[in-house]
Parts: sequence; structure tokens; C-alpha cells
Amino acid sequence: MFGTFAGFPGTFLNDLTRLQRELDESLGGWPYAAELRSPGRGAWPPLNIGSTPERVDVYLFAPGLDPSRLDISLQQNLLSIAGERRIERTGDVRRYRNERFSGEFRRTVTLPDDVDPDRVDASYRDGVLHVSVERREAAKPRRITVS
Amino acid sequence: MNDQTKTETRPARRDEVALRPPMDIFEDAEGITIEADMPGVAKDRLHVQVEANTLLIEGEVQIDLPETAEALYADVRSTRYSRSFTLSSELQADNIDAALKDGVLRLRIPKQPEQRPRRIEVKT
Repeated sequence: MFGTFAGFPGTFLNDLTRLQRELDESLGGWPYAAELRSPGRGAWPPLNIGSTPERVDVYLFAPGLDPSRLDISLQQNLLSIAGERRIERTGDVRRYRNERFSGEFRRTVTLPDDVDPDRVDASYRDGVLHVSVERREAAKPRRITVS
Repeated sequence: MNDQTKTETRPARRDEVALRPPMDIFEDAEGITIEADMPGVAKDRLHVQVEANTLLIEGEVQIDLPETAEALYADVRSTRYSRSFTLSSELQADNIDAALKDGVLRLRIPKQPEQRPRRIEVKT
């Protein structure tokens, strides 16, 4: 029954499927299977990964941290960032909203295979941790001339 | 996804869906405190305003990303934060104190002096 609905272009179900697919595509998921280490929705801290031929940039949106207490490790192309943000919610106050993350966290991401674990740089500014990993020379695109 | 990440160093587009920063809100005898997570917002990109009785908190994310960068993954899909609240009249809207440190905004809104709670004694 639903198959019939999906068959017509522009029908309700079809639009939903398309929407879902676009969403998945923008997540970098579809049509590939989800990565084993990828967290579910709403993991903290959120992160973005950008890539250029020279390097891979990872941005971790983790405000209010002491960057010296972060545990950042890169094993081959597996980047892992762990830390803790403990928010004290005690005292003689009336609390209306407690939406901010409090506790320990760890996020692990697989970077492209050609990153060089010996050339990593990390900085923390305005609550964003920026980890920059250079790529190996061989991975950079080379112009091939036809003789 | 690619488009959005690429615009992260450019001014935010108006049609972009704003992020809703997570907040802690609490009250003591002297006033109300708001703590908001707004990572990536520098002091000059933060905008806090009170108009009529509405408190508007906005900020723009600015991170250094090469123009040519391609997004491999993105949890954060917008470069703008926005959230607003109505202020009740017992609060001093013209006396709000704001501090931004490491992407955490802290707002302190004092109560009108005469509105601070007094303990009411019950006569026996």
C-alpha cells in the first residue's frame, strides 16, 4: 500500500522520503552506513569537520572549559577528545532552566586516512576548540601534464 | 551542508535558521541570572538588547575556516544564535550586566529594590 504512494512523484510520502534523504545526505550519512563511533543526535559537545587538500580542521563547540584539562589524542587517524564540564547547581536559588550540559564527555571521530598524526595543532578561542591536522604530502592533488 | 560550513567566516545570512543557545536560569533575592552557551561568539559579535519588555540575545559564530574547505561532518549547521524572553516589570531592564567568557554568556538582571522579597512575619 505504501509502495503505491511512494511511486508517484510529488506525493506526500515521496516528499517525506526525499526530505529524509536530503537530511541524511547533509549529515554525510546517506547512502553510506553510519560510522560505529558516531554518537546519536544531541551529543555534547557538537563538532564540525572541514577538509582542504592541505589539512583537516575539527571544531569542537565546547564553551566554558579549561583547555589545559582537555584530553586530546590522535591515534593514526582516530581523534578523541575527552574532558569534563561540571556545573555546580547548588546554593540558595530558585532554578527555572538547567539546559546546559554538565558532566564528563568524550567524542571520537575518524579523520581521513592521510592525516599526519605528528603535525597537529590545537587552540581554544571563544569556547571553540580547534584541532588542525596536516595531511601527508602525497595526498595533495598534483597536476599531471600530458607530454 | 557544504554551503553552510563554507559561510562560517562570512556574515550570517538572514534566512539562516538560528540556533537556540542552551541556558541555565536562576533567581535569588536580588535578581535573575542567565547563563548561556554560545561557543564561537566573540564579544564584538554579541548582541543583547531590551526593547519594550523583550530581552533579545543574539550572537554570530566566527571561526577560521579556509574558504575552500569542504565539510566532512557538521553538528552545527548555523552561524547565528538567537533567543528572546519577556521581562516582567519588577526587573530593572535598564541595569543588565553582561559578561562573556570562553563562549559562555552570563547576564545578571537585578530586581527593583522595592520588589525584593520581604519576609512576612505571621503573627501568632
